[in-house]
Amino acid sequence: MPRYSINVDGTRRELEADADMPLLYALRGDLALKGPKFGCGLAQCGACTVILNGAATRSCVIPVSAVNGASVRTLDGLGTADKPHPVQAAFIAEEAAQCGYCTNGWIMTAVAGLERNPNPTEAEIRSMLAGLKCRCGTHMAIMRAVRRAADTLASTSADNTNERDA
Amino acid sequence: MSREPIFAPVDRRAFLKSGASLVFVVGTGGITIARRAGGQTVTAAARAIAPTSLDSWLQLDASGAVTAFFGKMDMGQGVDTAIAQVVAEELDVDVARVTVVMGDTHRTPNQGGASGSSGCRLGANALRNAAAEARRVLVARASERLGVPAADLRVTDGRVSAPGGSGRAVTYGELIADGFATDLNWNERYGNNLNVTGIAKPKSPKDYRVVGTPVPRKDIAGKVMATTEYCHHVRLPGMLHARTLRPPVANAVPVRVDESSIASIPGARVVRKGDFIAVVAPQEWHAIKALRELKVTWSETAPPFPRGDALFSHIRAAPVASDSARGGFGGAGQPINAEPTLAAIASSARRVEAEYEVPFQSHARMGPSVGVADVRGGEALVYSDTQKSHDQRDGLAKILGLPPEKVRVIWKPGPGSYGRSDSDEAAFEAAVISQLIGAPVRVQWMRNEGHGWDPKAPACVISCKAGLNASNDIAAWYFRAKGFSGWDVNFNSADPKDTLVGQLTGFKKGDAHNFGAPAESYAFPNTVKYWETIPTLLDRASPLRCAHMRAPQEPQVHFAHESFIDEVAAAAGVDPIALRLKHLRDPREIAVVEEVARLSKWQSRPSPASSRSGAVLRGRGVSLNSGFGGYVATVCEVEVERATGRVWPRRFFVAHDCGLIINPRGLHGTIEGNVVQGVSRTLFEEVRFDERNVLSVDWATYPILEIGDAPESIEIATINRPEEPSGGAGEPAHVTIPAAIANAVFDATGVRMRRLPLTAERVKAAFA
Repeated sequence: MPRYSINVDGTRRELEADADMPLLYALRGDLALKGPKFGCGLAQCGACTVILNGAATRSCVIPVSAVNGASVRTLDGLGTADKPHPVQAAFIAEEAAQCGYCTNGWIMTAVAGLERNPNPTEAEIRSMLAGLKCRCGTHMAIMRAVRRAADTLASTSADNTNERDA
Repeated sequence: MSREPIFAPVDRRAFLKSGASLVFVVGTGGITIARRAGGQTVTAAARAIAPTSLDSWLQLDASGAVTAFFGKMDMGQGVDTAIAQVVAEELDVDVARVTVVMGDTHRTPNQGGASGSSGCRLGANALRNAAAEARRVLVARASERLGVPAADLRVTDGRVSAPGGSGRAVTYGELIADGFATDLNWNERYGNNLNVTGIAKPKSPKDYRVVGTPVPRKDIAGKVMATTEYCHHVRLPGMLHARTLRPPVANAVPVRVDESSIASIPGARVVRKGDFIAVVAPQEWHAIKALRELKVTWSETAPPFPRGDALFSHIRAAPVASDSARGGFGGAGQPINAEPTLAAIASSARRVEAEYEVPFQSHARMGPSVGVADVRGGEALVYSDTQKSHDQRDGLAKILGLPPEKVRVIWKPGPGSYGRSDSDEAAFEAAVISQLIGAPVRVQWMRNEGHGWDPKAPACVISCKAGLNASNDIAAWYFRAKGFSGWDVNFNSADPKDTLVGQLTGFKKGDAHNFGAPAESYAFPNTVKYWETIPTLLDRASPLRCAHMRAPQEPQVHFAHESFIDEVAAAAGVDPIALRLKHLRDPREIAVVEEVARLSKWQSRPSPASSRSGAVLRGRGVSLNSGFGGYVATVCEVEVERATGRVWPRRFFVAHDCGLIINPRGLHGTIEGNVVQGVSRTLFEEVRFDERNVLSVDWATYPILEIGDAPESIEIATINRPEEPSGGAGEPAHVTIPAAIANAVFDATGVRMRRLPLTAERVKAAFA
């Protein structure tokens, strides 16, 4: 099997895999990450979302061979218990999870979305999060959390996120 | 990866010897299960779970940490936090000290798992009583130690202190050092109704300091920080990955398998037992490839189902297999005698009649079924996100041919549940495969199985008739639900006959029947309410087998019943809330209806609204439900786009009474989830099928609500009743949603929608 090298959350990781194996299986299997989840394998639900080149990306359909040498950000590396990412802090503050299986997708999509648009309107928040699924119906709390995160980011780190985006 | 030890804490003798971190000790006699880890064999005695033993419910250690053993589990609504609050309240310790262990058959008493919104309603009782008794025993010991009467002692966060400024005090951690035995009185029941009592009386609600406060949910941070170990993360040493094959026609069985078709996939092989067929491989991706590439010849069978568009005509024409006089909870019910009611309706001054249709719906969990099993040496260790681990253990024991005490099921969090979903299936399949190949196995279903092969919420046709007298008062009321049995497979997996792999390997599916009819909220004269079930479509391993889905069949039943009350109100030209209040008798039902009218600033008038012009039509609807100890009235305000038929339930108002509220914040989030999932089921969800098989196999073919269709606001008014026991909150609000929306659509448009879901296409067609 070919070897691949992926920078995951700032650390270079090497693995052997079939070229057509989706990135999700490398993250969940080889690297034993807990953030990205298998939901559909069809890019329909977003539970597997990671950030690739600044964009929220469905890791269940992108082959590992297509991300060789790339940098991937995952929920596992987003923040720490002591220093959660503002979006994580907002999801905790708003208790924006029920079963939590889809939470990865909402957070990673919101992180990428807020990096591009740090001060979204309510309509833009809904648009940013379109296509994600949550079976428990946690959408109201999720919208409150993303609003809260946007407010935090707008007041503290708009400059930083612009730099990171560029 | 780190994981809590499988068998800790386990050996009572070790605890005693090491200085008693175990508070309450009963006799040993636990069972032994070997587990192989890292090439070593680890053998450990498990705790002997006895409901009569206080230490089966609670343990304290020298540091004052409290572990509560809860025989139910949290499905994402924060039940474990509520249980921790109840325990902390009675023990007088900080809630942060309390850890709740859930759903492990070797560590938690059998309280029936997650079911019927009973986590707090029933599950908290035993732990409340046990914690009160624990406090009594500890304070008695402190009294002895300090030489102060127990009644004079105060407990603050596990520290028992003497009155005055003496400074004399002792902690719970110090008081447990010697260990001691305490028995509880047990009502000799297992499951939801298990209860225990001690000598101590639990606190009066007026003295509560932790119960009733918005303690943050314990599970959130782990889910947000990606540290929670879901069942999907569990890995055992040497574990193989398996995928299961499903037939293209629902009732086909494998005839020939060409194993050479997967010969090039490293380590891949076929596993068969009866008509159950799976592939295994060391790497998960290779198991998936083997699933896709394995050549299987399936039997030629006559397609088992009616056409999808003939579903409701099939139900109407089908023979009655059972009814509410013969089946259902509690066995035989009241004889059905519809004739007097129908005669009264026939002779009424006015008659109102309507039929409502609800298709099959899928639990459609975010992650399809997963299970991890290690079945070797006459023992089984199984990880599952089941709702009912003790029942699953019993079913696994039967399918594996092992004594139940040699099977341990450990519950791990999963992707929600919402009833008898697919959650039990993969655990059974993993156990069967593991036993066959002698290695630990992880089965994960693919997305098409999660939608296509989970037990379905039963489809039905519901007939309602009412007779009005000359003054437009209701003179007679008829309700009949006719549909597939909600017990087509049982609500638990205590018997392999209720699992797919069981049915494929020789366990004959049962023939149990249940549907449902609304409770008697309204005091109508001359009433008959009953249900009938029809025969199953396929009596073996059917993708359309039915089971309960969030509030069993009540969303269907109440969609019809609460819609029909509005139809009668419209026919009589009266306000829908006024008509309800006229016939309600239960003060708690009256209270929530009055509260939601106040909250939503309800304008009393008949439906539909007088102004129904413009591109966007607006209306409001109300719905009531009580059940599982919860009382809920909901008002929905909708917008309907005339051009597209799109329904947007823009605002909700919910008045909610579930007795004593343990955690108001957790309750708020739970109610929101009830509402939003209800919107999804009302507007979008329908399992499609043809004669051969289910066609809803992913999120494209089984759409659910996305965030663009989420409401703008959900305003909730909770009525706290500390004097009443905690009721259920996981389901009652959900049940109100379909009729609240349908009634609002009628109010907005004058068009009555009697078939779920209210898709834009269907609403637009109804306009035309």
